[in-house]
Amino acid sequence: MKPEAIKSILATDCGSTTTKAILIEKQGDEYRLVVRGEAPTTVEAPFEDVTKGVLNAAKEVEELRGRQLLDGDKIITPQKGDKGVDIYISTSSAGGGLQMVVSGIVKAMSAESAERAALGAGAIVMDVLASNDGRLPHEKIQRIRHLRPDMILLSGGTDHGNIKSVVEMSELLKAAAPKPRLGINYKLPVIYAGNQKANGEIEKNLSEETDLSIVPNLRPVLERENLGPARDKIHDLFMEHVMAQAPGYKKLMAMSDAPIMPTPGAVGEIMQVIARKEGITVLGVDIGGATTDVFSVFKDLEKGEPVFNRTVSANLGMSYSISNVLASATLPNILRWVPFKIDEVDLRNRIGNKMIRPTTIPQSLEELKIEQAIAREALRLSFIQHKEFAVGLKGVQKERTISDAFDQSSSGETLVNMMDLDILVGSGGVLSHAPRRHQSARMMIDAFLPEGVTQIAVDSIFMMPQLGVLSAVHEQAATEVFNKDCLLRLGTCVAPVGPVKPGKEYIRIKFTLPDGKHIDKSYTLGEMELFETPYEAIEAEIIPGNRNVDVGGGAGQTIKTNIYGGLVGIIIDARGRRPFVLPEDPAERVEKLQEWSKIVNEFGE
Amino acid sequence: MAHAYTPGLKVIAKTVVHKTRRLPLKGEVVVKKGDLVKAEDVVATTNLPGNVVPMNLANMLNLEASEIPELLIKKPGDEVKEGDLIAETPGLFGLFKTKAHSPGTGTLEAVSSVTGQAIIREAPIPVSVQAYINGKVEDIIENEGVEIKAAASFIQGIFGIGGERRGEIKILTKDTNTPITEDLITDDCKGKVLVGGSFLSLKAFKKAERLGAIGVVVGGFNYSDIKKIVGYDIGVAITGQEDISTTLIVTEGFGEVHMAEQTFALLSSHEGKMASVNGATQIRAGVIRPEIIIPFEGETKIKEEAAELFGMDKGTEVRVIRAPYFGMLGEVTELPHELQRLESGSLARVAKVKLYETKKEVLLPRANLEMIEKK
Repeated sequence: MKPEAIKSILATDCGSTTTKAILIEKQGDEYRLVVRGEAPTTVEAPFEDVTKGVLNAAKEVEELRGRQLLDGDKIITPQKGDKGVDIYISTSSAGGGLQMVVSGIVKAMSAESAERAALGAGAIVMDVLASNDGRLPHEKIQRIRHLRPDMILLSGGTDHGNIKSVVEMSELLKAAAPKPRLGINYKLPVIYAGNQKANGEIEKNLSEETDLSIVPNLRPVLERENLGPARDKIHDLFMEHVMAQAPGYKKLMAMSDAPIMPTPGAVGEIMQVIARKEGITVLGVDIGGATTDVFSVFKDLEKGEPVFNRTVSANLGMSYSISNVLASATLPNILRWVPFKIDEVDLRNRIGNKMIRPTTIPQSLEELKIEQAIAREALRLSFIQHKEFAVGLKGVQKERTISDAFDQSSSGETLVNMMDLDILVGSGGVLSHAPRRHQSARMMIDAFLPEGVTQIAVDSIFMMPQLGVLSAVHEQAATEVFNKDCLLRLGTCVAPVGPVKPGKEYIRIKFTLPDGKHIDKSYTLGEMELFETPYEAIEAEIIPGNRNVDVGGGAGQTIKTNIYGGLVGIIIDARGRRPFVLPEDPAERVEKLQEWSKIVNEFGE
Repeated sequence: MAHAYTPGLKVIAKTVVHKTRRLPLKGEVVVKKGDLVKAEDVVATTNLPGNVVPMNLANMLNLEASEIPELLIKKPGDEVKEGDLIAETPGLFGLFKTKAHSPGTGTLEAVSSVTGQAIIREAPIPVSVQAYINGKVEDIIENEGVEIKAAASFIQGIFGIGGERRGEIKILTKDTNTPITEDLITDDCKGKVLVGGSFLSLKAFKKAERLGAIGVVVGGFNYSDIKKIVGYDIGVAITGQEDISTTLIVTEGFGEVHMAEQTFALLSSHEGKMASVNGATQIRAGVIRPEIIIPFEGETKIKEEAAELFGMDKGTEVRVIRAPYFGMLGEVTELPHELQRLESGSLARVAKVKLYETKKEVLLPRANLEMIEKK
């Protein structure tokens, strides 16, 4: 069907917890979101078929729209009269995680690059093996045999360098004869992305026992990473081997009019559309039940080109992996965001219960506050992973000197410059479905700590994945719906950066609200304020409190810029950056959290 | 009206259980279709490749790897014993030879002329798969395993740790509300599957483990105690491989939660009978729940019914699976079509439920309700 002939589109996103469906229809000359529905994702017994959840979500859409879309277990396509839709498309992140073992020669060099490639492709890295990791060869063999990963990435050596160490690793791998986690009827996929001179030896050692793929070296020279080919291969093999194990996935592929796109890939598509269309820097996050994805488009300062980066924190999420957020963030870090006293054992049990019953939702306000505290930490940790990842001159490539390589902390300078960020976009259940948009804004501000002047937006009803896949099929429809129905502008965060003494002026801001009220206010460290005002440009003068404070124009520089309100408004956040510190004393901290919540009107009256 | 599909855990007095018993690698199936098997019977066997002992000959002999093949005394494929001479240098006029001896017993599998590494493979490790439940071999999966069918009572838990075990059921508490305390665990718990009410403390679990209980089935357990048993945080619920001698099955959730009456009643009715239990849990694609299977003595004919994929409706019996009414049972009295605002401020699809315990009707998000499946 030609794009211009398409009148109606049903798009679903099969998350690991919920399956979301949206119905888009052409109204006059433009495409608009008409209605949405959702249902629990049905990978659990007795259903064990992802398409059941799709049909349930579509059924809800059908009821709410009041016209027939389904004929039994089939989506009616193309639309005939008032029945059915012209196309059906879907994204999916169901199917569980991707578990990988990676190996390199030097732990801080090729092994680190291999880990970066695997993490970037969305894997959970079960272990990083390296020639110098301190384990004896037989211990490495035991480890590989024990792990049963979905896939192994083998790297090491610069091109044309010595092949001995990497061949040795392949010999250990061959001796271990690793088996895949799922099923015994296929060979374990192994990707070799090391010294290309060793390709022959690697093939000799591994091609019989494993499903070997050879891709260009991910560290062809010491100073440069080339992670793209390895990541792409991981992705292909993931779709082929791991996704295909998700119950009902093959059926879903048959139902859909376009290839099923993985959810993070689809969200990445739409993020790039925003950056390209508006010529801005974007940081986006999609927090799901099992994983959290962070996307960014920042300028490479040397080349002046926008660079897109995506990371998938495969074990940080709000349901299936919620206990892992607790394990990674640690309890004190979660507790610091809980605005009331709570027993630690009780909190751990609540988190454990969410893990084992992932589709439940907070009914009480207390439960909601706990979930939002956990979300802040999941977002913060995912962002740390992203910053460590989004490095380099172009894409995933990064020039590194020998001295950098030996120093873990400076292994790659991040491209993520929060002062340079124009807009922060949130997506995913906990952000898109927060009962009040103010809560979403607060969660994002607390987790990402935007600097200077930054706009905040959310995906209104968590439809970025569907629009991402739609943009590949029908860009016009995707863009129109995105602009009119998807992106909700929450407002602007203004946050000074740098040291200031308590009680001294940190930032002063002057602007006139659309109702004519003139604002000229100063703030000291630890203060916040919300100006409720709609989304329109307001000219503002922002003055740093001292010559060491940066509000966006460099240390001590006053700026004049446009700031925007929105569904929440303009938030002045003078709580400090680099470092951002919460009070140590629990009672004082709870008091502060409650005060900020009240100021930002987080929970309403 | 769209149905709310929230599948519950199975608690079924009489059903037909099908179990797939698979080898980790291809091997030999040693039973025939139609055979009656006992839980302990081996149904399939295979040999895992033996452990590997690597040794670097180039380093040991202080030579280039490419020189190694010429100096081998034992060739790849040869059997070797620990201490056997594998390779030696020619030395100087036949003297001052450097020798490399085998660090293990097995077969010299490979010697690399690139790295100088020799691999000695020890004898294969035999692995067998047992039937796990008393039943009938329903089907054979060639070279991989079997399907076993049994008439049984079948109970699922929500979370477990520890693998497959088998033992006699022993009820420890008088009702579903009583926690299992240390004093209830006595010497006669050895080899038993212990069943108790609302809670199991870490101390009580440790005592059960020490006294040789093979499993404990309980309503609730503290999440933080799991780490104290297995030694690490379980961040994503994928379990079953833990190295513990007592399998733990939690039927309701973390914290103190009384066991569902019907679960307790069914288990109580089987006191003294042998049960197969498995704590393996996976709450992702291809969901696995921990289970308790009590096969009936002899083959009892039970009509096999197709799984009913009904949704929640008026009259459906449900269990609340999240605070503030966590663990309570009730009956759906109404399913309002419109979204309703919860205390948290969220809009959600709800159900009106009459809770048995409080006798009150409350509005609850449908997502926080679990249907009770029973036959």
